[in-house]
Amino acid sequence: MITRAKLLTTPAVLAAVLLATYLWIVNAPLDSIERNALEGGQVRLYLWQQVELTAVSTFFVLVLALPAGVLLTRRFARPAAPLAVVLANLGQATPAIGLLALLTFWLGIGARTALVAMVAYAVLPVLSNTMAGLRAIDPALLDAAKGIGMSPPGVLARVELPLAVPLILAGVRTALVLNVGTGTLASFAGGGGLGNLITAGITTQRTRVLVVGAVLTVCLALLVDWLASLAELRLSPRGLE
Amino acid sequence: MADVTGATIELEQLTKRYPGSANPAVDSVSMEIAAGETVVLVGPSGCGKSTTLRMVNRLIEPSSGRIRIGGEDVTDIDPVKLRRRIGYAIQSSGLFPHLTVAENIAQVPRMLGWGKQRIRDRVEEMLDLVGLDPREFHDRYPRRLSGGQQQRVGVARALAADPPVLLMDEPFGAVDPITRDHLQDELIRLQHELHKTIVFVTHDFDEAIKLGDRIAVLREQSRIAQFDTPEAILTNPADDFVSGFVGAGAALKRLNLTRVRDVGVAEYPAVSADEPLQVIFNRLRIGGVSELMVLDRHRRPYKWLRRGDLARARGSLARAGTPVTHTVSRDATLRDALEAVLTDSSGRVAITGRRGEYQGVVDMETLLNSVHELLEADRLAALEGQEELIGHQQPHTRQELEGQ
Repeated sequence: MITRAKLLTTPAVLAAVLLATYLWIVNAPLDSIERNALEGGQVRLYLWQQVELTAVSTFFVLVLALPAGVLLTRRFARPAAPLAVVLANLGQATPAIGLLALLTFWLGIGARTALVAMVAYAVLPVLSNTMAGLRAIDPALLDAAKGIGMSPPGVLARVELPLAVPLILAGVRTALVLNVGTGTLASFAGGGGLGNLITAGITTQRTRVLVVGAVLTVCLALLVDWLASLAELRLSPRGLE
Repeated sequence: MADVTGATIELEQLTKRYPGSANPAVDSVSMEIAAGETVVLVGPSGCGKSTTLRMVNRLIEPSSGRIRIGGEDVTDIDPVKLRRRIGYAIQSSGLFPHLTVAENIAQVPRMLGWGKQRIRDRVEEMLDLVGLDPREFHDRYPRRLSGGQQQRVGVARALAADPPVLLMDEPFGAVDPITRDHLQDELIRLQHELHKTIVFVTHDFDEAIKLGDRIAVLREQSRIAQFDTPEAILTNPADDFVSGFVGAGAALKRLNLTRVRDVGVAEYPAVSADEPLQVIFNRLRIGGVSELMVLDRHRRPYKWLRRGDLARARGSLARAGTPVTHTVSRDATLRDALEAVLTDSSGRVAITGRRGEYQGVVDMETLLNSVHELLEADRLAALEGQEELIGHQQPHTRQELEGQ
């Protein structure tokens, strides 16, 4: 369980780190390349792109993985479950950068390609957690639910999904954090995001640019993780603790 | 039984065959259960009793055979709609842990589309019915309840939509013996008020005797070894399988089936402790009894007073006599009464009414006689039942037997 202290620590630390980085950059003498990379709303644009990439990819992960997880735990689809898990595993086991490179050949350059790679990479935790959450429910409860006259969709909506919520949310949280990370690779496919800052920093050998990109990525990941932990706290059904 | 709310259940050659197994799990069970009757299916584990029960509400679809409830053939109707008309309670209660007690109970009425206020009233009523204080338990989560309380809520949920039929699958199997005993008593009380048709599955024969109007002893593949009243099964088991299941001490178990009020409570002279001492003294001297029951102000048994007790205590009633330690209510079983008589030095026990007031005594002789009568009557009834079954039915038999 998350305590109040832990709840407040993360945003406080993040704020401190961001402030320190900001002061360091503002007070440092920047050369023209650095200014080119960091000024004129560039950083804000990349940050926003990164958030967009994360949000959109996570949205598609949910749209794909949640129904798939539900379907694969139904009696009629049970034989297909191992195959689906193997596929999802494959998506995650393939190095994200390699996957991205391959997809560029197929889909061309752009944010769309990056999104496909990110979704493939993050489907597994949501899928496997959804399946685990649904499978962990005491069969006696499902028997009782059916026995008192719930229809199969009713059992799913009123008993199975609510009880699986904690595990599903944990999977979503993992996917979100993964997506913030893999989102930095989108720049290789021309998808924008904070990866632009990092690659620019490396190729132009400007540490400050690299550090800004990296710090923002890390802070975004931690912030998203923190927000997701709040959602878990809020959305987990009471009575389960 | 003026207001029977239950419905008849008829099972006709009900069979369940699982693919890939040579023998059916349930082989052609036929059974007729009257409205308002409690029938207990009892048998060793794996005998198919649960499967049989779960075919009644079609949680398990029968391979062949018919099910009729209240005369209506329900074998082919929508199972979801069917189950909403049948109460269902299982072992370890099956309460939904993410819903409060009230929400759990409200499930079936909600599915049936009852109005909010009606559901709220009904939930209160059900909590009252199963002996849980609505104010205290309404908003609790199941994890915060004891096993016995969970089971009560489970029964309340099963009864919430007032179904005519209640199916119970070892509902008290997972609670401790004392709680189980309480829950059984509660169920008997409930059934006294509600007159549902109850089908109850257990592997505990004592539970079956206690709860069942009739008991179906099942052997493997749910074949009915004997389907009869507890009395008949105890006194006249159909075969070795049934007597093996009844176990030792059938006569003692028989005592559990009869209440003190059914054997006749003998009057016994009693006197109030408020009476003048002289009156008590005279009653003892002239009354023709050597012992008197002294009652307290509320007419409850207080102490036994023998001749000479008063003299020994120098005329003080407070010090004289033997205080009454055991009393038995009119609703107690004969077994309880026997226990009390055996522990009492005078060989008799005081019987009390609803508020503990004195009503008479039962002594060893009464008990022995009534047990013999009971066993004999059971034996004859069972014999008669067998004759009817075999088909050698003689019109006089009943009168002749009753004449004896």
